Amino acid sequence: MTQPTARPSPAKPPIAEAEKDASMLKQKAMMAAHYDRLADAPETGAKVCSTFVPGNLNELVMCFDLINNLPEVNAIQSGLRRKSGAYVLEAEKQGHSDDVCTYVKSDIGMMAKGNIGPNGRKMPDPDVLLLSYTGCFTFLKWFELLREQYKCPTIMLHTPYQGDGKITPNMVQYMVRQLKESVIPKLEEVSGVKFDIDRLREYLKKSAEAEDDLVAVLKSARHKPSPIDAYFGGIYYIGPIFGAFRGTDDAIQYYQFLRSEVEERIAKGEGPVTPEGPMQDQRYRLVVEGPPNYTSFRQFWKMFYDEGAVVVASSYSKVGGTYDFGFRHDPDRPLETLAEYCLGVYTNRSLPMRVDMLCDYIEEYEADGLLINSIKSCNSFSAGQLLIMREVERRTGKPAAFIETDLVDPRYFSPANVKNRLESYFQMVEQKRSGTRRKEVAA
Amino acid sequence: MTTPARKPAPNGDPATHRDALVARAQAIFDDLNFGEARRWKEAEPGRKVVGYLPIYVPRELIHAANALPLGIVGGGDAIEVIHGDAYYQSYICRIPRSTIELGVSGRLDFVDGMLFPSICDVIRNLSGMWKIMFPHVYSRYFDVPQNYEDAVGGNYYIAELAELREDLERVTGTKITDEALNNSIAVYNENRRLVRDLYALRAKVPWKAPAPEIFLILRAGLVLPVEEHSEMLRGYIAAAEAAEDRSLRDNSRVVLSGMFCEQPPLNLIKSLELAGCYVVDDDLLLVTRWLIDDVPTDGDPLANLAAAFLHHSESTSSKYEPDQAEKGKYLIAAVKRSGADGVIFAAPSFCDPALLERPMLQNVLRDADIPFIAFKYAENSGQMQPIREQAGTFSDAIKLWSGA
Repeated sequence: MTQPTARPSPAKPPIAEAEKDASMLKQKAMMAAHYDRLADAPETGAKVCSTFVPGNLNELVMCFDLINNLPEVNAIQSGLRRKSGAYVLEAEKQGHSDDVCTYVKSDIGMMAKGNIGPNGRKMPDPDVLLLSYTGCFTFLKWFELLREQYKCPTIMLHTPYQGDGKITPNMVQYMVRQLKESVIPKLEEVSGVKFDIDRLREYLKKSAEAEDDLVAVLKSARHKPSPIDAYFGGIYYIGPIFGAFRGTDDAIQYYQFLRSEVEERIAKGEGPVTPEGPMQDQRYRLVVEGPPNYTSFRQFWKMFYDEGAVVVASSYSKVGGTYDFGFRHDPDRPLETLAEYCLGVYTNRSLPMRVDMLCDYIEEYEADGLLINSIKSCNSFSAGQLLIMREVERRTGKPAAFIETDLVDPRYFSPANVKNRLESYFQMVEQKRSGTRRKEVAA
Repeated sequence: MTTPARKPAPNGDPATHRDALVARAQAIFDDLNFGEARRWKEAEPGRKVVGYLPIYVPRELIHAANALPLGIVGGGDAIEVIHGDAYYQSYICRIPRSTIELGVSGRLDFVDGMLFPSICDVIRNLSGMWKIMFPHVYSRYFDVPQNYEDAVGGNYYIAELAELREDLERVTGTKITDEALNNSIAVYNENRRLVRDLYALRAKVPWKAPAPEIFLILRAGLVLPVEEHSEMLRGYIAAAEAAEDRSLRDNSRVVLSGMFCEQPPLNLIKSLELAGCYVVDDDLLLVTRWLIDDVPTDGDPLANLAAAFLHHSESTSSKYEPDQAEKGKYLIAAVKRSGADGVIFAAPSFCDPALLERPMLQNVLRDADIPFIAFKYAENSGQMQPIREQAGTFSDAIKLWSGA
């Protein structure tokens, strides 16, 4: 048998360096410093508290001099660095089902492979797990699994679900009682630091200041062209406030900086900076529901960029707080405000509330339609999304479409499939537009 | 609450009586139009039916409002899901699809209210879908505390129960007095005692009370009025125990774990026993025995129900276990209580609670040297051969090696 002649494969064009705006670089430096603080914890003696993004009580955590570690963010970092695929497989090898959340499996696999963080240094073991059970059932099991590994104290804070679309006094009282009688005493015990409610008030005041600027940034998407991308770019905008910086001077400065950057773009009539360059040609304005895919984040974003699609509002950028609907941390009601914050996050809202939000976004931001990125890992988001799609279409008359990927499992990102669906969707939008124009002419 | 007199007449032969009760339970199980519940509702004007999903709702409140609690656990393997699949992606379990199918196809058109208990995000979101799809039906997400302190989780739960009580009064048009609620608690205490007796009987003589029959008898309790179901339980326990037509086989004894929400097809349970496994305990239809002790029938009924939930209820994956030392101990207790040789983890595909919990439970079993196997199913699984082979091998291995 003759061997086939080896033919040189065509040279691939080098991937251009991703463009970043100044606020992205600033945030990158903040995150790097935070991961170094975590990695330094065994030497500095600082204690570490792991918790979750929805229901993240960073202000309270800081009252006890604890460093906030967010396993979801670690999984995202692993996804962006293309390490999560191996971590997920490692967890599945240990016996974790292929059906369950890949954030959990990425976290567990990362632990099994030495727990190396995005800065290349070993992540510290947590001193306490603050199980803020808010809007996601998996959280409950995730921290039971981690507790088994780390054998450290675990504190439950149960956030009732807004099944009837409202926050009742009973819900708030329940959460405040948990904070007073369980969460705060246990955090005091773990940290050795006495709780000081005035310290909490100070942090909450700072949170509210940064939240004002974040909302101004999110609302800037009402401009045409939109100076931001509220989904892909939105991941960056929410990073500090959903993570370990809410309540800090760093966050205040970051959001002032981000806001001025965005205002400058508005003044110049510029679009957002994407990894492929500034996005000037905005042919489609979309509202997006659901988390993004992180393992092919840039490729995913580029598919939108190539089509001239800018995201003007997204639900994912509300998983750590629905500030654009008016919520602000209130230093005058420190414990109640923490409760209301947890109760209000997007994934803790009923399905009808989510439909209302998405319809409002389409109207407020003059969007062409709704795109749902349905995530295999996340039943909290995904179960019911097909009904959400129908409802939003029915109520707004705007076209909606559905794509399927995963958070950090690369096996579930099929670029050709996603691209095809996006292209079909944009054709639908065009048809809808031409239909509207025809009706206007006929009228 | 009066009940229609449609019970098979006992005769002198316990096996015949047992078989008649099982046949009736099978007919109820097979009827996807819930004919028994429909007939109960039609028997008197003004009667109301309130549906509930797994795992637990305080059925006493519905009963005290003179309404019929109707357990809805999906459509099983007999229903053709035509509309339901259009509402869910391929990676969501099957119970919400077939439940939607039941709703969209009109099989639940006589139901006046629906309760969606706190079990997982899929059932939680289904509560909101129901509000959108069936806006004229009362529906409520029934949240339960994950904090088990009386002054914290207890007070929250009492207030939630009070809110549910008001809602049910509005839906049924019946005032739920403390006296009526205490009476209903007594009626359900009796039912739960009988269910516990049934489980004890099976653990003692599993060849006389095989798992498929236990499952059918329990399932009937999701549709029948509780008083009638208690009568069925009494009849079955007495007849099954007295009947001498079945003999002990050389089977191993297993506990089933993971079946608390989406129910397995009846054939799956039959296949396990055919493969050589006596099922001596399980977590099927937990609502029938969620509260593990009698609830007091005097005093404040809501406070009593709350205390029972916090301190005397079953453990399962949907509940947080605050104490790591206690994690999974409930499964070891079930193995010991029932004299089982091993555990079969059988979880519905894509079931977050069961599948996330499983590795922790398996670690606990490993530490206790209790053998186990695991597989997944869907309520409409049709191919039983692989499961039968796996269970048969497990049973043989237990019998061969358990003494080694």
